[in-house]
Amino acid sequence: MKGLRRQKQAKTCRVIPGFGLSMGVTVTMLSLLVLIPLASVLIYSMKLSPEEFFQLIGRKEVRSAFSTSIMCSFIAAVVNCVFGVILAWILVRYEFPGKRLLDGLIELPFALPTAVAGITLSKMYADTGFPGKYLAKLGIQVSYTKIGLTIALIFVGIPFVVRAIQPILEKLDPSYEEAGNMLGASKARIFRKIILPELRPALLTGFGLAFARGVGEYGSVIYISGNSARKHTQVVSYVIMQKLNYVDYAAATAIALVMLILSFLILFLVNMVQVHQAKRTA
Amino acid sequence: MEKKEQKKRSKTEIILITVGVLFIVCMLVLPLISVVTNSLKEGIQFYFQSLASEYVVSALGVTLLATVIVVVVNTFFGIMAAWLLTKFSFRGKHILATLIDIPFSISPVIAGLAFLMTFGRLGWAGKYIEKINEALGTDIKIVFAIPGVILATIFVTFPFVSREIIPVLNAQGKEEEEAATLMGASGFRIFRKITLPHMKWALLYGIILCTARALGEFGAVNALSKTRGETFTLPLEIDALYLSGSADSITAAFAVSSLLVIIAVLVLVLRNFVEYKSKKKGKA
Repeated sequence: MKGLRRQKQAKTCRVIPGFGLSMGVTVTMLSLLVLIPLASVLIYSMKLSPEEFFQLIGRKEVRSAFSTSIMCSFIAAVVNCVFGVILAWILVRYEFPGKRLLDGLIELPFALPTAVAGITLSKMYADTGFPGKYLAKLGIQVSYTKIGLTIALIFVGIPFVVRAIQPILEKLDPSYEEAGNMLGASKARIFRKIILPELRPALLTGFGLAFARGVGEYGSVIYISGNSARKHTQVVSYVIMQKLNYVDYAAATAIALVMLILSFLILFLVNMVQVHQAKRTA
Repeated sequence: MEKKEQKKRSKTEIILITVGVLFIVCMLVLPLISVVTNSLKEGIQFYFQSLASEYVVSALGVTLLATVIVVVVNTFFGIMAAWLLTKFSFRGKHILATLIDIPFSISPVIAGLAFLMTFGRLGWAGKYIEKINEALGTDIKIVFAIPGVILATIFVTFPFVSREIIPVLNAQGKEEEEAATLMGASGFRIFRKITLPHMKWALLYGIILCTARALGEFGAVNALSKTRGETFTLPLEIDALYLSGSADSITAAFAVSSLLVIIAVLVLVLRNFVEYKSKKKGKA
């Protein structure tokens, strides 16, 4: 039965020409431009003995960079989930002047080069910029601290969450909410019991993408963070770049390997959520 | 405005809209304004003077050259990959699709490192390039040269075009192409007459997005380009100006940034135009 189906599938799908050509081009280009270079990092890090590897990874500044990157990205992704839901909600459900403009602006962090975002945020939140000047008067220093780092990561991550939730909200049928309302549920209860469960997979996807992007972020954070080892504001990407500049390739590849594993784990989890979601809706 | 509203806004609605709008103004609009005010701090003459500096002009040239090559390569790849993934079923299709998306989830610095480990002094391919250079008397350089900049930028923007067109082609299905094949049309003709019109707006948007990212790529290129005035791209030049620390050079960094901001805003406008066009087509 299964064999027959596959045969049938194969017959119907190979009618269109160009299978060999597109397969050849895709696999060759993917291998040459992405997979082989990445494999080089793997090969080089395999040359290190396990003791060397763990010694390089276990250094104080490396561990502190990983905890800074993971912690700040996590907080930024959580903040983005809160504001992402609010933004997606007002964009889908409400009408107000300037809505289209707001919708268009969401993707600014995708279009703006990271280095430009980085120097701008750093300048804004320094104690001479606006709003940094007023925050400094209140005794809050943002630039060159973890707060600044997190703000930069919020900037970078917001479109991921909004764009993940928006399509789901558009499809969500308001009649369930109306039913909940008729039966006397409060607004908070309707949100918690009806809307949130529907949004959860998309929210997790958006969270995962924003988090993954945050952990690897370089250009937009290195200026505002100040990269101080003493204040623990170095991120992982910065440490890798620093090792490269000192031609310490062994350390750079070891850190990169851990980071690759981390981002594959996140990607894998996001995919799992998506497969689960597809199964549920099918 | 108020009169137009049929029903009164509820309290929650007002609060949510205010919170959302405030968030966007603080996080996205303020930085845009800040770039412009910072770049014009020393007057309009200084602005143009800093854009005309030797380093900036050279960086602009490198950036444009790299972007054109990157966009051509990635568009070709994107179309090929989308054709493969949407018109055929085969084993390992999902794995292939996931592999294509890898560059999205990888730190750009690691992309730079990957090419350094491949073509650099310690990289396995570096030795072969040295041998070729010896044998032919040429002087091919990959890392710390323009080819490295181009390769790293291709890596970072690799899935941009394919990711935009795959959903559109999936939604379109493949019946039309199958019918055309059975009627005897050639592959290229099918692509030009059937597939291309379906995906043209998505393809355009993918190309726009790829262009924007290629112009602005920083982390990957930073690892592979070290000579200011020769292999520096605009973002690297901004970095160099900003880090040199004097008030003048910081203003110059913002002046160069304002060029990239204009491009970013153009991308957003085009994106909305493309979305509007494709929605209109969907309704018709």
